[in-house]
Order: sequence, then C-alpha cells, then structure tokens
Amino acid sequence: MSPVEKASVPTKRKSLLPSLDVELTERCNNDCVHCCINRPAGDRRARRRELTAAQLDRVFAQAAQLGCLTVRLTGGEPLLRGDFPEIYLAARRRGLTVRLLTNGCLLTPALAKLLEAVPPLQPVELTAYGRDRRSYERVTRVPGSFAAFQSGLGLLAEHRVPFRLKGVLFRGTVGGRRGFEAWATKLSGVRPELTLLLDLRHRRDSVARNRAIALRRPTPRQVARTTCADPLFRRQMKLFPGRYMGPQGGRLFTCSAGYSVCLDAYGRLQPCLLLRKKELTYDLGAGTLRDALTRFFPAALAVEARGRAFLARCAQCGLKGFCHQCPARAFIENGKLDKPVEYWCAVAHEQARLLGWRSGPGSLPRLRPGPRAD
Amino acid sequence: MKTAMDKVYKPSDDVVAREIDGEIILVPLAAGMGDLEDELYTLNPTGAAVWRMLNGERSLGSIAAALAKKHRAAPATVRRDILGLVGELSRRRMVTEAG
Ligand code: SF4
Ligand code: SF4
Repeated sequence: MSPVEKASVPTKRKSLLPSLDVELTERCNNDCVHCCINRPAGDRRARRRELTAAQLDRVFAQAAQLGCLTVRLTGGEPLLRGDFPEIYLAARRRGLTVRLLTNGCLLTPALAKLLEAVPPLQPVELTAYGRDRRSYERVTRVPGSFAAFQSGLGLLAEHRVPFRLKGVLFRGTVGGRRGFEAWATKLSGVRPELTLLLDLRHRRDSVARNRAIALRRPTPRQVARTTCADPLFRRQMKLFPGRYMGPQGGRLFTCSAGYSVCLDAYGRLQPCLLLRKKELTYDLGAGTLRDALTRFFPAALAVEARGRAFLARCAQCGLKGFCHQCPARAFIENGKLDKPVEYWCAVAHEQARLLGWRSGPGSLPRLRPGPRAD
Repeated sequence: MKTAMDKVYKPSDDVVAREIDGEIILVPLAAGMGDLEDELYTLNPTGAAVWRMLNGERSLGSIAAALAKKHRAAPATVRRDILGLVGELSRRRMVTEAG
C-alpha cells in the first residue's frame, strides 16, 4: 500500500469546524429579482465596513487551527472585491480548499489564470439565471449580464477550471426544468443543482422586495411535484424522515446551526448562513472562533419555543423531516424564531400528500403531520 | 560520492501540510500535483513520522536510523520504505531537495 493516500473532503475527521462560510461582501453587480441579500455594487458605506483581506486572513488562520478544511467564499458577489486574489490566496496558503460561489460575470483572464495555477480544489459554483439572454436578464435586471456570464464560463473552460452550474426555478419557469438541466449538464459535465426554495430577504430590509420574491416562489404544488418526481428524493424521504425524524418538541435548534457557521461581510459570525438575528450573532473582532463555537453558540442556541402556534403545530409534527421551516426562516419571515412559516408548511404538507403519507403510510411509520392553518 | 540516503529534503512551497485530528493532510497549492485537480493526500503513520522529520536539515540516512531505532525495525526495511515515500513525494512535487 502506498504511504501517500488520497484524502477526502468533506472529511470524517473530528474537528470543531469542518467548514466555514464567509461572505466577502453583500454587494453585487447584478440585481436579481429574487435575491435575499444583495446591495448595490457601488454602496460605499457597505464597502467601507467590509472586512479587509488581512482581517480575513486572521480568520482563515483561526479556522485552520480548528481543523477547518474548506472555506466557502460567497456574497453578494465575491468577485466584486478588488482584493479577491489576495483573499483567495490567503485561504489557500492556510491549507484550506475553497468553494467559490459566483455569478461568473466578473471573471477576468487574470482571475481564471489564478484559479488554474492555484486550484481551489473544489469546483467553482456558478449560478446561471437562465440559458439565454432574455430569461437571464429578466432575472438579473442588468443589460449585458448574460454576455458577461458567458464570457466567465468560457474563461473557466479555457483554463480548465472545474465548475458546476446552479440554477433557480421560479413560479413561471418550473416547466423549463428539464431543458435547463440538459443545457447545464452539457456545459459543465454534471447535473446542475436547482433551487426551488426561495428565501425572503435575510436582513428583513425591504417589504417591496419580499413581496416580489414571494410572487416568484414556485407554488407548494409545483415544489412538491418537482421534488417528488426525483427518484432520489423519494428514496431519501422514505428512509430518512420516516426512520430518524420524529416531532421535535419545543427545542428550536435541532440542526447544524452553531456548528456550520457563517461569517458575514462585516465580521459578525452567524450560527448559519441564514440567521442574522443580532443577539444570536457573535462579534468576531472582539473574540475568537473557538470561543464562538465552544461557548457562545451552545449557550445562545439552547432556546425553547414559546410561541403558541409552534408548540401546537411544529413541536408535534411528524413532517419535520422534510419541512424547511426552521428558526432562521421563521425569523426572516415573521421576525420570531418560533412562528411557523405558512409557505414552508404548505410545501411540506403538499410533499407529504404526494408521497402518500396521509392516506396509508405503507412501509413508512405512522406519522401525523401537524395541522395547517389554512 | 553522495548516496540517496545522504540527501536532505524539505516540504515544497507548493504544498501546505495540515495536522487534523492526528492525521497529516497534504493540501496542494499548485496545479498538477495530484492525479485529479481536486485531490488532497494523507500519509500513513510511517509516512507521517518521516514527514515530520523532513525539515531540510536531516539526511534520509539519519531519519532512517532514528526510525529503525525507535521502532526496533530492520534498518534495510526502513531505508527502503523511506526511499519509496520520498520518491513518491518528489514525483508529486511535495518535497524538494534542500541545499
Ligand atoms: S438555515 Fe435553518 S435549518 Fe439551516 S442551519 Fe440555519 S437555522 Fe438551521
Ligand atoms: S409542516 Fe407545518 S406544522 Fe409541520 S413542522 Fe413544518 S411548519 Fe411546522
């Protein structure tokens, strides 16, 4: 046997922090109709507050010390940062592999060359908002963005940088799923990851934008039909929620929050990518990753639900295994950690109905979904 | 004349060695070090012990002698293992000859 063996990422090794999400900026060159975070590219106030490359390097050093192997660089649009090469190299020199999430529009020959010479060791994740100019720019609302995206794609291919495509399905475009999948698979060689589940604005900062996102969300029936048509999803749902997930009781955080943490663009560490409730975030400038993970989050997230609707419904619900309702989403939509979100509830019920959970669970255990308030 | 065991090696600048949960993981910094573009490498316990001593100062012969003594192993076997390991690490540009 060779003394040098291939190692795996993600890893089974025990570490306090297997991976870390880092938002380099909330600014973006696009203005997508459904975006849950973006600020204008030229927002100077936001830009001034962003962590510097040196500050980020100190975070990467701490993460590496805690056994972190992968950092996910996201935004906004991470390539809007003029110092992106410096930040990227800092992460790689700390021995981290990088998952870069980008819209690809700002890729330059120099950046593509850098990714070729110092590979991220993870495929670059590119979101394609459509497969032609009309559909793409209807989402991004920036003329010329489709051409910029195509140029980015071309550069990655030319420099042999592995990438995979992601897509977003809206209420009006769910029907085009197969066409999009075929197009994206042909381009990248792998099946694209498709998002049907649109979140509202994480910072609860715009009623108008929330309304626009809500209008574009696929209906619960569309989500259920699309997800349940996937044999892998059906198989997983047969095994996983039925066997391992029961009603969650009053405990709010039964997920990886506080473990798979996310650093926002300004230095506050969130328990997860979505949850920005101030009291549950940690000022990393005044502390350490270790302190946040071992002391702050375990204490801050040990909260029990008090909301009447949550206790009457979610706490006793057998659909928890595939319901996307969670404290972060409840906060985003209702301003409270423990108030069920009707949209996610409707999606879960529709999926359960299609999977036959109500009528006769068959091989599934007898699970009773919580009542829906409609 | 300098034999293979007189040579001194050090980790290359193209790799970052991480120690996670007692295991050494080699994370390539440059392209073309692995068979595929996204590969990381780990060393078995003997490999890890050798790696820790590849510090640009000790010769392979001195490393082999120290390990043979510590593990009460036959020096010839240890020398052969070390040459195999260093050969593979050099081929992957993970170590370079020092000096
Ligand atoms: S998004 Fe929700 S389920 Fe996921 S980690 Fe955050 S709180 Fe938990
Ligand atoms: S399906 Fe409804 S009741 Fe059940 S956990 Fe989800 S939101 Fe709560």
